[in-house]
Amino acid sequence: MSASVTPGTETPMPAASEQPAAAVPALDTPSSIRRDRVKLLLRSPPFVVGVLILLFWVVMAIFGPLIVPYNADDTDLLNTLTPPAFDHLFGTDQFGRDIFSRVIVGSRDILIVAPLATLLGTVVGTILGLITGYARGITDDIISRIVDAFLALPLLIIAMLVITALGISNTTVIVVIGLSFGLIVGRTVRAAVLSERDLDYIAAANLRGEKPLYIMFVEILPNVMPPILVETTVRLGYAIFTVASLSFLGLGIQPPSPDWGLSISQNYGLIGGGFWWTVLFYALAIGSLVVGVNLTAEGVQSVLDA
Amino acid sequence: MQDATAAALEVRDLDIAYRVRGRDRQVIRGLSFRIGRGETFGLVGESGCGKSTVALAVTRYLPNNGRVRAGGIRIAGEDALAMDAAALRRLRTRSISMVYQDPGRALNPSIRVGQQVAEVFEIAGVPASERMDRAEAMLERVRIVDAGRVMSRYPHQLSGGMLQRVVIAMALAVDPTLLILDEPTTALDATVEAEVLDLIETLRAEMGSSVLFIGHNLAVISRMCARVGVLYAGTLVEEGPTRDVFAGPRHPYTVGLLRCLPQAGLSKHKTRLDTIPGFLPTSLAGIRGCVFAERCGLAQDICRAEEPPLIPVSEGRLSRCHFHEQAPDLPRSTPPAPLANRQKTQAFRPVVRAAGIGKTFGSPTAPIYALRDISIEIWPGETLGLVGESGSGKTTLAKLLLGLTAPDPDGVIELNGQKLAPVATKRQPAELEALQIVFQNPDAALNRSQTIRRIISRPMRKLGGYRGGKLATKLTELMSHIRLAERYLPMRPRQLSGGLKQRVAIARAFAGDPRIVVCDEPTSALDVSVQAAILNLLADLQAEQGVSYLFVSHDLRVVRYISDRIAVLYLGRLMEIGPAEAVFLGPHHPYTESLMAASASEEAGGSLRLKGEIPSAMRPPSGCVFHTRCPRKIGAICEEQEPALIQREGDHAIRCHLERDQLGRADARP
Amino acid sequence: MRLYRAILYRLMLAVITLWLLSVIVFAGCQILPGDVGRAILGPFADARSVAALNHQLGVDRPLLVQYWSWITGMLHGNMGQSYTYRAPVAPFIGHALLNSLKLAGIAFVLVVPLGILGGVVAALRVNTWVDRTIVIAGLSATVVPEFVSGIVFIMVFSIWLRIFPLTATPPSHAGFFTTIYYLLMPSIPLFMILFGYIARMARAGMIEALTSDYTRTAVLKGLTYRQVIWRHVLRNALLPTITVIATQTGYLIGGLVVVETLFNYHGIGSLIFAAAKAKDFPMLAAGILVIGVVYVGANLIADLLYSALNPRISFGGRE
Repeated sequence: MSASVTPGTETPMPAASEQPAAAVPALDTPSSIRRDRVKLLLRSPPFVVGVLILLFWVVMAIFGPLIVPYNADDTDLLNTLTPPAFDHLFGTDQFGRDIFSRVIVGSRDILIVAPLATLLGTVVGTILGLITGYARGITDDIISRIVDAFLALPLLIIAMLVITALGISNTTVIVVIGLSFGLIVGRTVRAAVLSERDLDYIAAANLRGEKPLYIMFVEILPNVMPPILVETTVRLGYAIFTVASLSFLGLGIQPPSPDWGLSISQNYGLIGGGFWWTVLFYALAIGSLVVGVNLTAEGVQSVLDA
Repeated sequence: MQDATAAALEVRDLDIAYRVRGRDRQVIRGLSFRIGRGETFGLVGESGCGKSTVALAVTRYLPNNGRVRAGGIRIAGEDALAMDAAALRRLRTRSISMVYQDPGRALNPSIRVGQQVAEVFEIAGVPASERMDRAEAMLERVRIVDAGRVMSRYPHQLSGGMLQRVVIAMALAVDPTLLILDEPTTALDATVEAEVLDLIETLRAEMGSSVLFIGHNLAVISRMCARVGVLYAGTLVEEGPTRDVFAGPRHPYTVGLLRCLPQAGLSKHKTRLDTIPGFLPTSLAGIRGCVFAERCGLAQDICRAEEPPLIPVSEGRLSRCHFHEQAPDLPRSTPPAPLANRQKTQAFRPVVRAAGIGKTFGSPTAPIYALRDISIEIWPGETLGLVGESGSGKTTLAKLLLGLTAPDPDGVIELNGQKLAPVATKRQPAELEALQIVFQNPDAALNRSQTIRRIISRPMRKLGGYRGGKLATKLTELMSHIRLAERYLPMRPRQLSGGLKQRVAIARAFAGDPRIVVCDEPTSALDVSVQAAILNLLADLQAEQGVSYLFVSHDLRVVRYISDRIAVLYLGRLMEIGPAEAVFLGPHHPYTESLMAASASEEAGGSLRLKGEIPSAMRPPSGCVFHTRCPRKIGAICEEQEPALIQREGDHAIRCHLERDQLGRADARP
Repeated sequence: MRLYRAILYRLMLAVITLWLLSVIVFAGCQILPGDVGRAILGPFADARSVAALNHQLGVDRPLLVQYWSWITGMLHGNMGQSYTYRAPVAPFIGHALLNSLKLAGIAFVLVVPLGILGGVVAALRVNTWVDRTIVIAGLSATVVPEFVSGIVFIMVFSIWLRIFPLTATPPSHAGFFTTIYYLLMPSIPLFMILFGYIARMARAGMIEALTSDYTRTAVLKGLTYRQVIWRHVLRNALLPTITVIATQTGYLIGGLVVVETLFNYHGIGSLIFAAAKAKDFPMLAAGILVIGVVYVGANLIADLLYSALNPRISFGGRE
C-alpha cells in the first residue's frame, strides 16, 4: 500500500490498485523478490526504529553486566533512595542499588523467558494448525471446541491458575504461555492451511500418492510461512507483555532478579513518597521493549502482506 | 456544457502510466479513437493490453498510482480530465454509465437490489415517492420476471445472469450518452451470455446510447460493435468497421489473433492452429519501433527502428503497420500439418470405463444430486469432450474418475478392465500414474513455493520411478516434448507467464506415462494466442504418445476442434454422447442444440434461446430434467417419464422422447 | 424459522464451550495442585492434619463425584465455600463482578466509538501522516502493559498534578458522577489496550470496502463522497469490527487483574488474584468460570448481531 496520492486526484477515494502486471510479466527472480523485501523493510521507519530498540536490549541482555557502572545487586545503605544524579544516573532504590545498572541488566530474564515461550508456541501452533486444517472433519471439530474453551479465558488468568497450582518457576511460565500461544498460533495456521488445502496443487499431490505428512509439511508448510512469521513476531510482543505482567503480580520472574516488572511491583509503594525514579525507568524500559518488538512485527507484516 | 453534436467520446494521444515501486510503467501509449453519437465501438485485445485501464481513465477512476501523463479525453464535448469534483459527478450521473465484468462484486452486498437501483433515480432528482416504482419498471425493462420480488433481494440471493441484468438496469436508468461495457459477459455461462447480449443489443437500439465495448472475445465484439479497435501493448494497432477488420485484417497482430481461433470445421486431425510466437514486451519504455515487431513474421529493420503511424488503408480503416499490405500473407508460425499418429494400436477395450457412477452431496434428508447414473467409456488415443453449463456436473465427473471425490457406493470405475478404488489415496502407484489431470488455473495447480524442476521431477520419481541420471535424462526429454526451455527449471511459477505455467502443469501430468489425462478447462484462463499453442501441444502429445483425454470445456469451438467424441451433461445427467461431428451436426438433443445456438449467437443473434436458469440440483425436475427449459418439449410425457439414453445410429446416443427426424440439426438452422 | 434454528445452534455451541471450560477450570483448580490440603497447609504440616483438611474440604472423594457436586452446585447458584473467608463464595463474586463491570463499562463506552472513529479517519486518509500517526500510536498504546501505563498515569495525574485520586474505589454512597470520576483514570490503561485493536480492524475493513467494486459502482453512479461513505462503505466496513470488539472483552478482563491490583479496586480481577495467592480454590474456580461465562456470552451476542446485520451470512453455517 505505498501508492502515492497524486494531486488533482482522479477520484476522491483510494481506488483499487490494479496491477499493471500483465503488461509487465513478473520476471522477478526469487532472489530479487527477497532483495526487494529487505529493501522495503529497511525503508520502513517503524521497522528500523523497532529493530534498533530490540537490538539495543538484546545487546544489553548479553553484555550488560560487563558495561554497567555498578553491580546490579550491590547494596549501599548509605546512599538509599538518592534521586538521579551524575554518579547514579537513574538514582538508587531503598537498598541503595544503582537503578541504571539494574535497568540495563534487568532485560536479561524477560529476554530469555519470552522468546522461549514464543518459540514453543510457534512450534506447537504450527503442528496443531497443520493437523486441524488438513484433517478437517471430526478431529478439527473436537480440537477447535477445546481451543475455543481455552481461549474464553484471558491468557493472564490461565497463567495465574496454572502457576498457582504448579508453583512459580520460569519453566512453568514458559510452558503455560507457550502452550496457550500454541492454541492461538494454531488458529492462524489452521485458517491459512484451510485456504491452501483446497488448491489444486494438493489434489495433484494426492494424485501422485503423497502421504498426508508429506503434503502437510513439504507442500503446505512453506506456503503458510508468511502468516506464521507474522504471528511469531506479534506473539513475541505479547509474551513480553504477559511475562512482565506476571512478574508485576509476583507470579513470574522471582527475586533477586533485577527484572523490570518485578522491580516495579517492589518499588510501587514508594511513588507516593515522591521517589518516582524507583519506578519510572523500569516502566520506560518495558515500554520501549514492547513498542520496539511491535514496530518490528508491524514492519514484517506490512512487507509480507504487500 | 454538453454539446449534442460532439462525439460521445473522443480520446486523443492518451498516455497512461502506473507508478510501481518508484518507477513509472507505461500502460497506454498514444491512444486515440472517437465514438460518434449512437455508435458502438469495440476495444479488443488480450490480457495486459491496457483495455480496462482505458475504461478506468474514461470514468476518471484510475487507481492512485495511475496517472494520465498526456493526451485528452472528451465526453460529449466536455474535457473529462479538467473537471472538478462537482462536474465529474454530473458527468457520472448523466453522461456515462458502466457495466462491469463481475456483477457479483459490483453490487453492494448489504443493500437490497431495489434500493440500489432506486438510488440512481435519486441522484437523477426523481422525487422519493416515484423512485421505487421507476426502479421496478427499469428491472422489468431488462426482462426480469417478477421484478417486485427481485427488488427486495440481496445480491447474494441472485444468480450471475440476474445480477448483470440489475447492473445493466442501473446503467441504462438515466439514458446515458456513453455506455461502457467492460467484459460484461465474461463471467457468465454461454447460454446466459447469449441472453444478456440480446438484451444489451435491444436496449441500446431503443435508447440510442453510444457504446464502448471492452472485451477479449472476438466473436462477441464482432456481433456487438459496428467499429472495432485492436489494442496491443497499450497501442492501437488497427481500427475500422468490425466486419471488414475481422474479414480482412491489415495488421499482423490482428491476422495472428484470428488465426489462433479454432474455427468451425477445423479439427486436430486436419490442421494445427497457428500461434503468435513470443511474449508481450515487458516494458514499453525501451521500444523505439513497432511494439509488435518482436513477434512479427513480417518485421524488417525499419519496424524495429521507427514506429509506424496509423496509416489509412481504406475508407475508415487504419493500420499501424509499415507493411499493412502484406499483413494477410503473414507466414504461419507453426507448420499446418498435424503430427503423424505414431501409436496406432488396435484397441480391444476402453482405457477407462465408468458404469453407473453418481455423486450425491448434502445430507440424506436434503440430498443434492450432482451426478446421477453416468456410464462412459474412453478409448485409447481418443479425446472425449465433456460439455454443459456450469452446474451440469462436468468437473464432478472428472473428479470422480480421478478419485479426488469418492463416488456414491454403487458405481464402478475400471482402468484397463481392472476395478479402481474409489479414492486416489487408496489406488496403486501404477493406477495413479495412468490417470492424471491438467487443471484450469495453473496458479492454484502449481505449488508456488517450489521450483519448476521440483514440480516436474517429484512426480517422475514418485510415479515413473526415475532416479539419478535416468531422472535427469528423462527430465530433459520431457522438457523438449513440452517445448519448455530448460532455463525455466530453476524458476518458480510466479516468474512464468500463464501459458508457460500451463505447460509446466502439462509436463507434470506427463511425468509418468499417463494413459488418460483429464483436461479441466485447461485453456479457459488463457488468451487465445496462448490457447492455440496449448491445444497444439495437447494434440501433438496425443499423436506421439497415444494418450487419451477427457476434455472438459464450456467453449464449444475448442471442444469441437480437439475432441473425437463428445458427451453432453445437464443437471448431472448424460443427455447425449457420440462422435464429435455427429453431435455437432445433428440430429442432436435439444439441449445440445440450445448450447450450440448460444455459442453461435456470439457471432449473430439467434432465435433459439434457453429460457431461465439451470434448476437447483436439490430439486431436479421430474421426468426429463431438461423439460423446464426445453424448446422442443412434447408435453406431459416429458414431465412424467425420463427418456432412456438410446443409441440412434452407430455409437451416437441421445436421451430424448423425440423421434430422430424431429430432433434439430445444425444445417437446418438459418 | 431459520433464524430460530440458527440461534439454537449458536446456543448449543456456547453451552459446549462452557462445559469444556468448566472441565478445564475444575482440572486447573482441583487436579493440578495435586494434594489440596498440602498446598494450603504447606510442606511442614503433618500428614494427619493434611488428610483431615482434605476430608473436610471434600477433596478426598473421587474426582468425578467432586466435579459433579461442584458443577451442579454452580448451576444452582451455589459456588461453594471460600477457604479463606469460611463463607459462601457467591456474594463475593457478585459484588466484585458488579464493580468490574462498572470499570470495564467506562473503558468500553469510551473506546468503541473512539476506536472506530480512529480507524475510519485513518482509512480515509490512508498513507498520509494522519493515518501513520493513528496506526503507530494505536499500536504502541496497545502493546504497553496496563501496569506500565497505569503507573505513569498515577505519577503524572495523581502525584504530580493531583487531578485524580490514587485509588479507584469511590467513597461509600458516592453519586454517579463521583464514581465515574474515580474510575476514569483506571479505565485509561484498558482504553489504551483496546483502542489499537478496534482502530486497526476498522481501518482494514474500511480500506477493503473503499477499494471494492461496489464502491466503484457507487462512485460512478454519481453519488457524493459523503453518500458513498455513509451508505455504501461504512456498513460493510464495520461489520467485522463487531466480532473483534467481542473478542476483546476477554483481554479486557485479563487486564482487570492488573489494573484492579494497581488501583486497589475490589473487582473480579483482584478477587481472583487474591484467591490465587491464598490458594482459595473454590473462589478461584468460581471467579474464573464467571469470567468465561461473560466472555462466551459476549461472543454469542456479537455472533448473532453480526449475522443479523450481515445479509450474506446464512445462519447455521460454520465460519
